[in-house]
Amino acid sequence: MNKKRIIVIGGGIAGMEAATNLSAMGYQVTLLEKENELGGHLLGWEKLFPTMRLGKDVIEFLNKGIGLTHIQIIKNADIIDARKNDSIFSVKLSDGRSFESDAIIVATGYDLFDARKKEEYGYGIYDNVITSAELEELFLSGKPIVNALGKTPKKIGFVHCVGSRDEKVGNVYCSKVCCVTAVKQSIEIKEKIPDAEVFCFYMDLRMFGMHFETLYKQAQEKHAVNFIRGRLSEACENIDGSILVKVEDTLAARPLRMSVDLLVLMVGITPSEGTKKIGAMLGLNFGPNGFYKCMDQHTMTTVSNVPGVFFAGCCMAPRTINNVFADSRSAALMTASYLENYSIEKRTI
Amino acid sequence: MKNFGYTLSEDRQINYDKNDKKILAYVKEHEPSFNICISCGTCTATCSAAQFTNFNIRHLYTLLKRGEVTTLKKEIAKCMLCGKCLLACPRGVNTRNVIIKINQAIEKYSL
Repeated sequence: MNKKRIIVIGGGIAGMEAATNLSAMGYQVTLLEKENELGGHLLGWEKLFPTMRLGKDVIEFLNKGIGLTHIQIIKNADIIDARKNDSIFSVKLSDGRSFESDAIIVATGYDLFDARKKEEYGYGIYDNVITSAELEELFLSGKPIVNALGKTPKKIGFVHCVGSRDEKVGNVYCSKVCCVTAVKQSIEIKEKIPDAEVFCFYMDLRMFGMHFETLYKQAQEKHAVNFIRGRLSEACENIDGSILVKVEDTLAARPLRMSVDLLVLMVGITPSEGTKKIGAMLGLNFGPNGFYKCMDQHTMTTVSNVPGVFFAGCCMAPRTINNVFADSRSAALMTASYLENYSIEKRTI
Repeated sequence: MKNFGYTLSEDRQINYDKNDKKILAYVKEHEPSFNICISCGTCTATCSAAQFTNFNIRHLYTLLKRGEVTTLKKEIAKCMLCGKCLLACPRGVNTRNVIIKINQAIEKYSL
């Protein structure tokens, strides 16, 4: 077995897949996960766009990779220090354990946007305003879909771009996955409550993935989901607990108001606390949006400014799952190149 | 001659080549944030004037960008300059100042 050691920080999709690939190449891999379970955000997701495949199937795939290899897995890892001395990295945990390695893969993922910061939409103030992640948890639980009043909602609104493309909350970028998630969740709501009316309030529908447009058409054709082009200015609570939304129907060129029984905020992807913390410890460069800055946007997306540190997954930018798999394997290859002195990760243009 | 009831209709197309874009140029020069509007309509959704009149600041922007300026003077008179749109805009467009600049341009060019 190769004596070279690698620490992977983060046990979500990116970290699990990168660790699996590097371990399969014969390296000694230690995977550090802050939670008690591997899988990251995917653990809270029932079905995945655009195929409606179960999230747990992907977890099973990742676990099969871990099972095939010899990875040291450390759960509940609270990193208090990470540094590079000469060419050796050392990582310390709050429980006193420490680990050394020749390279590090940072896969610290993302945090969901805190919807309370978008105060005008009333999250945390009105009971019938929830986030997309909470709706997904409800799907995952298998419980019937009821709002805070205990009633089956007959009118449901989805608000796109909450915490994304919004200068006022400091996130100017598109979170990439929320548009198609809203379409997916709209379809699921219609499947569970066929007589419900569903409305998506969007600015642009970014259906960039191969089958996303098909899913969008399916939402229109099969499920009669309504799409209203306009961004909410505010939401408030009616006396009966339903939610009144104010929006411009830009295609009708008139302000529109509508009451819904449940309002779902499509919360965006933001740099995680772990990303900020580990980045500061290792001296990694951050881009203008607070995600890690790679060495080249086209050609070196998984390579950091610190030799021996590589990136995988949503710590770089919002990503779809298939993007994350591609990243993780790329990061593994770049790490191997670094450790074997092939130097292909040092190319600049 | 028999009257069949036919009339000549006015051309409804935006005649982009012929339209006068002086006001547009003035606004762009003096309030460059005008350029970064994405027509999301948050401004109109929150607009007090839009609830009671046919004032639509988002739509007005689009018309101005195409050089459709004949009704501008009448339209901007409906704005109360309260600035709610300014607070709501996700792109940080200085919407209130755009209205002021349109007004200045109208005066400057005596339109």
